[in-house]
Amino acid sequence: MSIPVKIENLEKSYEKVKALKNINLEIRPNELFGFIGPDGSGKTTLFRILTTLILPDKGTIRLGNYDVVKDFKKIRKITGYMPGRFSLYMDLTVEENLMFYARIFKVDIKENYELIEDVYSHIAPFRNRRAGDLSGGMKQKLALSCALIHKPDLLVLDEPTTGVDAVSRKEFWELLKKMQQRGITILVSTPYMDEAALCDRVALMQTGRLMSVEKPQNIVNSFSGNILTVKVTRMHPLLDELTGFDGTDRVYRFGDTIHLTTRRNPEEMKERIYHHLTEKGYQNIVVTQAEPVIEDCFLALMEPPEK
Amino acid sequence: MRTILYILQKEFIQIFRDKTILPVIFIMPIFQLLVLAYTATFEIKNIRFIVVDHDHSSESGKLSDKFSGSAFFTRIGQTDSYNQAIQAIKKNEADQILVIEPDFEKNLMKENHAQVQVVTNAINGSAASLMNAYAISIINNFNKEILIKKFPLHFKEMPIKLNSSFWYNPELNYITYMVPGILVLLVTIIGMFLSAMNVVKEKELGTIEQLNVTPIRKFEFIAGKLIPFWVIAMIDLLFGLLIARLWFGIIVVGNPFLLLFVAGVYLVLVLGLGLFVSTLTNTMQQSMFISWFFMVVFILMSGLFTPIESMPVWAQKLNMINPLAYFIKINRMIMLKGSGFIDIQRDFLILSLYAAGMVIFSTLRYRKTA
Repeated sequence: MSIPVKIENLEKSYEKVKALKNINLEIRPNELFGFIGPDGSGKTTLFRILTTLILPDKGTIRLGNYDVVKDFKKIRKITGYMPGRFSLYMDLTVEENLMFYARIFKVDIKENYELIEDVYSHIAPFRNRRAGDLSGGMKQKLALSCALIHKPDLLVLDEPTTGVDAVSRKEFWELLKKMQQRGITILVSTPYMDEAALCDRVALMQTGRLMSVEKPQNIVNSFSGNILTVKVTRMHPLLDELTGFDGTDRVYRFGDTIHLTTRRNPEEMKERIYHHLTEKGYQNIVVTQAEPVIEDCFLALMEPPEK
Repeated sequence: MRTILYILQKEFIQIFRDKTILPVIFIMPIFQLLVLAYTATFEIKNIRFIVVDHDHSSESGKLSDKFSGSAFFTRIGQTDSYNQAIQAIKKNEADQILVIEPDFEKNLMKENHAQVQVVTNAINGSAASLMNAYAISIINNFNKEILIKKFPLHFKEMPIKLNSSFWYNPELNYITYMVPGILVLLVTIIGMFLSAMNVVKEKELGTIEQLNVTPIRKFEFIAGKLIPFWVIAMIDLLFGLLIARLWFGIIVVGNPFLLLFVAGVYLVLVLGLGLFVSTLTNTMQQSMFISWFFMVVFILMSGLFTPIESMPVWAQKLNMINPLAYFIKINRMIMLKGSGFIDIQRDFLILSLYAAGMVIFSTLRYRKTA
């Protein structure tokens, strides 16, 4: 029962801000599709139109044969939505929340339990605990259970792993993969670049525009230039030190290191950086060449590039 | 339709889990009735008065004793200095001064006429006019006694003799008068505040977002949100009537079922108002503020504390849109006078139309903003 999503010429403005600018996108049935982009890039607005919460100014979104505006009642039955902010009842228990949503969707928990079992089994031991007392990761699992209880064909997740610890994030993505295997089309937005690599295709959004839509591996492959990783004992002033260094295109923090991109000969650049830093009195200087990962690619795609 | 039941179930679980609001729902009727019924009274007892006696005669002594002997007055001092007495009023130690002129007794006996002055602290206008009326009635009685004593053979009663009797509240008991009004206040607070807050709470916490993507229909949501407070307010009303009966001995003279029926319709109106407030607001703070605005205006204009008849004509006209005014009037008529449906039908009809209009209007408005 996989369903495709077709977005055409979609536009939406809030008073003076254009939140979405002419979005065109096709998502294949059963795809795990990621949206990535900074805050305010329009991801949430797009999801809210998709889930019938707000109306577009222009353009259409079709889920299979259903239009999100005209057939909103039908859309609500076949879509599961997990808003960015935890939106279940804090003063109801885990089980009461799940029961409530099952009843509202007029489905039987026992019948559909098989679908949510992978997710719900993690939180089942806490079924009598109030949702407000759950940890961040467990809250997300409960929200996912509630979004899945009516066996949706399309699952829309708005930054589901924001504020969740690394272990829970990993678990959560494993669950998403399982849901995909059950034939659900999944749209997910995330600010974490590493999660984008787990999607079938990713769309990069910025200030309401769709910058690129690619497979994560293609994005990495299309990266032109070289990446150097720099590490020293005293990291704190390093970013300022290297910003604008001759021959670099972009300098940015990457985990606990600094990444530089360059189109010049990497070996020569390594030498020069090493010497420069030694002169400035840095110690334990390590400069290595690195393979680009998806985060590097997105930073390269984003405007405006640092000069 | 079963969806409404599920929403109701959820709402009641949430209400009964609320450790702050739940106790208040049940303490409120007891507190309001037991405290407000006693405190919201216009009777003034223990008026602190000072006698400035320039005469020091037996007649002047008798007059001031008349005051001291009254249940309403407490003599707190006697002085020869008018200024000293005025100082006491300024310091708010006294409420009223009785000034007796020099030669009061002599003038009274020889000239057949003498003067006293009553000075009243009128910082509170209605209290002052009451104190003045009490003082005048004591002096009038004193007058009469003098006349009898001086002209025992020629004394005549005034040609017109006044006999007063007060219907529906023979002892002019303020509690009897206040309790029906306080009951109205009670159900209004529950209906308006809690319903307005409850709908807005979903918006503020963001739970409305998850609910709006479900196939729930608007009217199911609204019914599920409002019915619990209708039920709670009705239970509180019954509870309040029970306290009125057992503690104050106020028996509903009219048909108690008619009273409950009118209350049920009135509550629909109040809940509609609460829903209307919730369509105007996005946070519980805003909703609280706006509810209070309506509430204070409605209460003070409702005739609960001050008679509507004493308000300016424009205010009386304005009261045509004050739901509290209708229900307080109907409630007093049923509880104290024993009015039947025929007597209240005009007000009841207006109340019903108002309720239906308000609920429909708010529901339509809600659809737009959600």
